[in-house]
Amino acid sequence: MSTEVKLRSYILESYLFSDDQSLLDNADSFMEKGILDSTGIMEVIFYLEDEFGIQVEDEEMVPENLDSINNILAFLDSKK
Amino acid sequence: MCGIAGFIANSIVDIEADTLAKRMAAQLLHRGPDGAGYYADESVVLAHTRLSIIGLSGGQQPIHNEDKSIWVVFNGEIFNYLELRAELKKKGHKFYTDTDTEVLVHLYEEHGEDFVSKLNGQFAICLWDRRRKKALLIRDRVGIAPLYFQQTPKGVYFGSEIKAILAGTGKSPKLNIEALDQLLSCWTPVAPNSIFDGIFQISPGEMIVIHSGKLVTKQYWDLQFPANNQFEDISEDEAIETVHDLLFDATRIRLRADVPVAAYLSGGLDSSILVSLIKHIDSAPLQTFSLTFADKGLDEEKYQAIMVDRLATKHASIHCANEDLGEHFLDSIWHIESPVIRTAPIPMGMLSSLVHENQYKVVLTGEGADEVFGGYDIFKETKIREFWSRNPASKWRPLLIKKLYPYLDLSRSNNQAFLRNFFGDGVEEPNYPLFSHMPRSITTAKIKQFYSDATKEQLSGNAAEALIATLPAGYDDWALFNKAQYLEIKTLMGGYLLSSQGDRMLMKNSVEGRFPFLDHRVIEFANRLKPSLKMKVLNEKYVLKKAMEQYLPKNIVKRYKQPYRAPNIPAFFGDKKFDYVDDLLSSESIGQSGYFDSKKVSLLMKKIRAGRPVSYKDNMALVLILSTQAWHHMFVNQFSENIFNCKKGIDIDRVQ
Repeated sequence: MSTEVKLRSYILESYLFSDDQSLLDNADSFMEKGILDSTGIMEVIFYLEDEFGIQVEDEEMVPENLDSINNILAFLDSKK
Repeated sequence: MCGIAGFIANSIVDIEADTLAKRMAAQLLHRGPDGAGYYADESVVLAHTRLSIIGLSGGQQPIHNEDKSIWVVFNGEIFNYLELRAELKKKGHKFYTDTDTEVLVHLYEEHGEDFVSKLNGQFAICLWDRRRKKALLIRDRVGIAPLYFQQTPKGVYFGSEIKAILAGTGKSPKLNIEALDQLLSCWTPVAPNSIFDGIFQISPGEMIVIHSGKLVTKQYWDLQFPANNQFEDISEDEAIETVHDLLFDATRIRLRADVPVAAYLSGGLDSSILVSLIKHIDSAPLQTFSLTFADKGLDEEKYQAIMVDRLATKHASIHCANEDLGEHFLDSIWHIESPVIRTAPIPMGMLSSLVHENQYKVVLTGEGADEVFGGYDIFKETKIREFWSRNPASKWRPLLIKKLYPYLDLSRSNNQAFLRNFFGDGVEEPNYPLFSHMPRSITTAKIKQFYSDATKEQLSGNAAEALIATLPAGYDDWALFNKAQYLEIKTLMGGYLLSSQGDRMLMKNSVEGRFPFLDHRVIEFANRLKPSLKMKVLNEKYVLKKAMEQYLPKNIVKRYKQPYRAPNIPAFFGDKKFDYVDDLLSSESIGQSGYFDSKKVSLLMKKIRAGRPVSYKDNMALVLILSTQAWHHMFVNQFSENIFNCKKGIDIDRVQ
């Protein structure tokens, strides 16, 4: 499974409680769309650390890295 | 407290009084295990189950006046009954009992409907004026004692709890979907709604007058705050002294009882103040009770020990383990009669069982201090968001929020973009009536994503608008801090803390709670004070701490405020498994009740079972869905065996 598919299904299942792919665009802002709140961001960080074996530093916890599928994919790429 | 129930017919009918009284009263046996009685004539049935506290012998209700033209059933306490009784006796009224109840009928003879303004207490009353064929249903000022009613073509059914009304009408209930939607925005259905379709509460501070089938609602008291910053013009010292004296007296009259009185001691500021005051007023040995939790983030045992040691109270505590919450969940929902979004009521039910085991019937608690004196974080949050709203673009103003929640693990999201996103909702609109409560409401409302299509289709109203429609004239002219207090008292306190987590969890074990901080004299005075006396910069309950610090150790006064919480998801998914969780959340059950989307619920369960950390929001969603399902199962699916054909027997005497 590609990183994108994995990530999309995680966000869809865990926050939108759905497998309807049309509900989430890769560019959608999680915060603006109300998909995640401040504790939700923590959960996503836990997930990224567990699933992809990275560590997210405090200064990296910014919307530019975490606020959409596209942002997370780019962030994961940069951590490789 | 006690239980009251009955029926007020539209016109003279042949009522099967004995059957009806028995049926309704049997549902309220837990509220009054010490005896039961009813009165009936051609127009009404008034039933009562008694928890005897004042006037132990001869206090059987219903109670009447001298010529038996006025009858009353009453749940609660009139704390100033001794003073009222003395005045009434002077005016020539003859008393046949030593109860506070009897004061009601004579006071009504003297003052008519206005008699209620003379009462200092907590009460749900049904008074029947036989000559005028007029019934009054009355509830206390802030909603300590519950009271519900249902209008039918034949007449009005009423009861302390809804199960008594259901037993009376014999009609299987329906969930009020709009009320559920309001609960997910405001934490409680907007008054007068209840979660049961067609059954309403008598709102706090209201009286309903019933005369030949017509109902007229009158508000005899409401929370008032000064308009346009015209606060009481007094010095800080005078304010401190008055708060002290009022609380002293509020506590003193709440110690009146013909049975021993105990107190809850959480270890927080309010209960520590209360227990210190009690010891100061009465040096007799005092029994205190508390809860302990395994989770150190929730437990306050250390502070309880400081106070027990200092005041030498006789202390007992009960430990609440995660699985205890799962164990007592269904029984608690049966008593609460509503879906909930937290398990926090359940430990309070365990605590009252400890009181009952120790053979106490009355406890004083610190409930209300946070609302009346501005102790909650939501008031700080409001203050910071107000400050921020003056310059919404500010980078550093929102960072003050972090000071607010040191007990939440915000350390890993110390990024202001996230804070801004969560607490910044509506920050540009400080004049919006619900400004203070928007972050909470938006978080809770996320649970609505679990609604089924059928639920979405049935909803037509807007919960926020429904709440705004109930706000009193002049609300817009109040300070933002006071608006937040008003909303907090009307929604969370009245609809949840005093009922789901208060009365229902106390009366489940036949224990009465008394709340000195909710004495209306205390509330009225505190409401006139300027907000900066309640919260000095971000120091909460300032005037209260100043008034009471003489009685308290410094480490209690300076303690960081810890909100009362209980574990949610771990209650149901720990080592111990509960069959009902799987049953109630199965796709079949979810589909049968129809409120939620079974696919979404199964994904939530999958997420929880995967054992990953889950958010506050998911915790609330699980408790809400599970409790709604439990409600449906017990009140709708099992209506016949649990209510209408309930085998619970009761000995009830006719009083004539």
